[in-house]
Amino acid sequence: MTDTTVPTDANVQTGLGRFGEFGGRYVPEALVAALEELDEQRLKANHDPGFIGELAELHRSYTGRPSIITEVPRFAEHCGGARVVLKREDLNHTGSHKINNVLGQALLTKRMGKTRVIAETGAGQHGVATATAAALLGLDCVIYMGRVDTERQALNVARMRLLGAQVVPVDHGSRTLKDAVNEAFRDWVANVEHSHYVLGTVTGPYPFPEMVRDFHRIIGVEARQQVLDAYGRLPDAICACVGGGSNAMGIFHRFIDDSGVRLIGLEAAGEGLESGRHAARFSGQAIPGVLHGAFTYVLQDEDGQTVESHSVSAGLDYPSVGPEHSFLRDSGRAEYDSITDDEAMEAFRLLARTEGILPAIESAHALAGAMKVGRDLGPEGFVLVSLSGRGDKDVDSAARWFGLLDEGEV
Amino acid sequence: MSSLATQLDACRAQNRPAVVGYLPVGFPDVEGSIEAMRALVESGVDIVEVGLPYTDPLMDGPVIQTAATRALESGVRVRDVFRAVKAIDEAGAAAVVMTYWNPVLRYGVDEFAHDLAAAGGSGMITPDLVPDEAAPWMSASEEHGLDRVFLVAPSSTAERLASTTAASSGFVYAASLMGVTGARTAVDDAAELLVSRVREVSDLPVCVGLGVSTRDQVAQIGRYADGVIIGSALVRCLVDADTPADGLRALRHVASELVAGAHESRR
Ligand SMILES: Cc1ncc(COP(=O)(O)O)c(C=O)c1O
Repeated sequence: MTDTTVPTDANVQTGLGRFGEFGGRYVPEALVAALEELDEQRLKANHDPGFIGELAELHRSYTGRPSIITEVPRFAEHCGGARVVLKREDLNHTGSHKINNVLGQALLTKRMGKTRVIAETGAGQHGVATATAAALLGLDCVIYMGRVDTERQALNVARMRLLGAQVVPVDHGSRTLKDAVNEAFRDWVANVEHSHYVLGTVTGPYPFPEMVRDFHRIIGVEARQQVLDAYGRLPDAICACVGGGSNAMGIFHRFIDDSGVRLIGLEAAGEGLESGRHAARFSGQAIPGVLHGAFTYVLQDEDGQTVESHSVSAGLDYPSVGPEHSFLRDSGRAEYDSITDDEAMEAFRLLARTEGILPAIESAHALAGAMKVGRDLGPEGFVLVSLSGRGDKDVDSAARWFGLLDEGEV
Repeated sequence: MSSLATQLDACRAQNRPAVVGYLPVGFPDVEGSIEAMRALVESGVDIVEVGLPYTDPLMDGPVIQTAATRALESGVRVRDVFRAVKAIDEAGAAAVVMTYWNPVLRYGVDEFAHDLAAAGGSGMITPDLVPDEAAPWMSASEEHGLDRVFLVAPSSTAERLASTTAASSGFVYAASLMGVTGARTAVDDAAELLVSRVREVSDLPVCVGLGVSTRDQVAQIGRYADGVIIGSALVRCLVDADTPADGLRALRHVASELVAGAHESRR
């Protein structure tokens, strides 16, 4: 096995946690001491065999890593005949990639002597992962979730509560992920002494973008070795959906030095870029600014007020994006495209019907991206897709979308 | 000398703490907020913090958040802040803008500093901008003669207290407790300890804020701090009122009480 927690530093990092000009630490002073402690602890942990071993053991015996790769030839017929291989993060315990990061942060919480974790969640997967780790390690757990998201992901709300977490619906602002993050930060400012904020994606103030990426790097580390072993070559392109961007950074990072591999992030175009109802930070009219502690691309109006995003997928419905993605985009190393709700749901349907796999609606955006890039590449092409999560949580939304519920049901 | 320093010196000469009052511009509407800020000055408030409403206020509790959201819904713009600043300056108090960083960044740090100085403002309080990230604001504030009020918190290390106060001017904002804005029944002991820690490393005036809401609290904090900052307790007067006129009346009453607390604080 190759390294899993210590990254090769492929990116230019300047100053405190900057990726080029992006990143930084735009937070209330009250949090700075906690961020410094976290940075110190996680850097130490990266080199501590005890920590590395404990996390690796949890990955193996609890999460079910390494996750397998699956070639999907019948789905590939809809991708211009290119070879399509899925990295199956959907098979992880709790149903998504989110658990990789959460187990790492939960162990760090213990190391810091803190007894309570706070998290935000959109699709609910990060909340479920955090509630799970809290149950496993005996930590108190509070999850903030936008009211809109508690309604469209009701199943995950129930899962979190069954796991013993307190789920707090957020009624401010857009009542989605962005507002859940605000509420989580407010809680953290007040309770930082005994609480750790388990941020769920590669954004936020330094060291979160780097730390969360490092915990997810295992996705790409495994996948690279797996495709080399199985096919004797690297893929032409990697497709991953980008909400905050954690599953995408996780699978991209190990491939950054492989210049022949195209890294393609798929954002949510929602009802279409022209509709204004989307979460396409790079394809839309977003410009760099500060949100949730980082300097990065943000959907904002001419006064710097955050503009609300929209997506059928709660996990991609976020007006900002991790700063390392902004860097990869502006430096040209990664490409970003956007997928409408309609395109994502069509990819969802196709994967279900051709391969017997229900993807998370978030991951369906990556599949729709593979359909596009596969057609570009043609039959010789080879696309690796991050299947970041499974669709159990989305059964209700998808059944409604496709009109599969009988009258009077639900 | 900046007007923050002028005001704080005048209060010191009277052997009392300064009273710093926060209100967001644009609530209930821009004219109404300016009128409310004038009412604060008439009630004896020395320094007015003009809040710039923002969609994602990480450090604000429910009361200020409600007012800010409603201000945004009714169409407040960044440039409206300068009208409020001008009105306060004309009313004879010092005006300092309290804002999250992104609206300033979007407006242009230099343009913002220019327009703020031109309106007669003294400086800016930046709840989510620590000196480490403030290079553009350091130079713009130098150029336009504006004060930089950074926050310190009970969790700040000794090194950070030293570096943050070194980057500050006008006064230092000491967050009385670990938490967001909003009235508290008791102001933490943490505040007094923090003020004395700041005094070990800096000669700047120290004002204490977060959670202050009563005359007694002002009197108590005023014994050791150079100024007392009140936000939610004032904003609540406007948020809870049935009519703007009721709101102003309540605001004058509460502001006068708090000012009285400052005047009796060192007797
Ligand atoms: C299955 C799944 N994929 C992707 C995402 C988006 O997050 P990120 O972009 O950080 O991977 C989420 C977020 O909730 C998710 O649940």
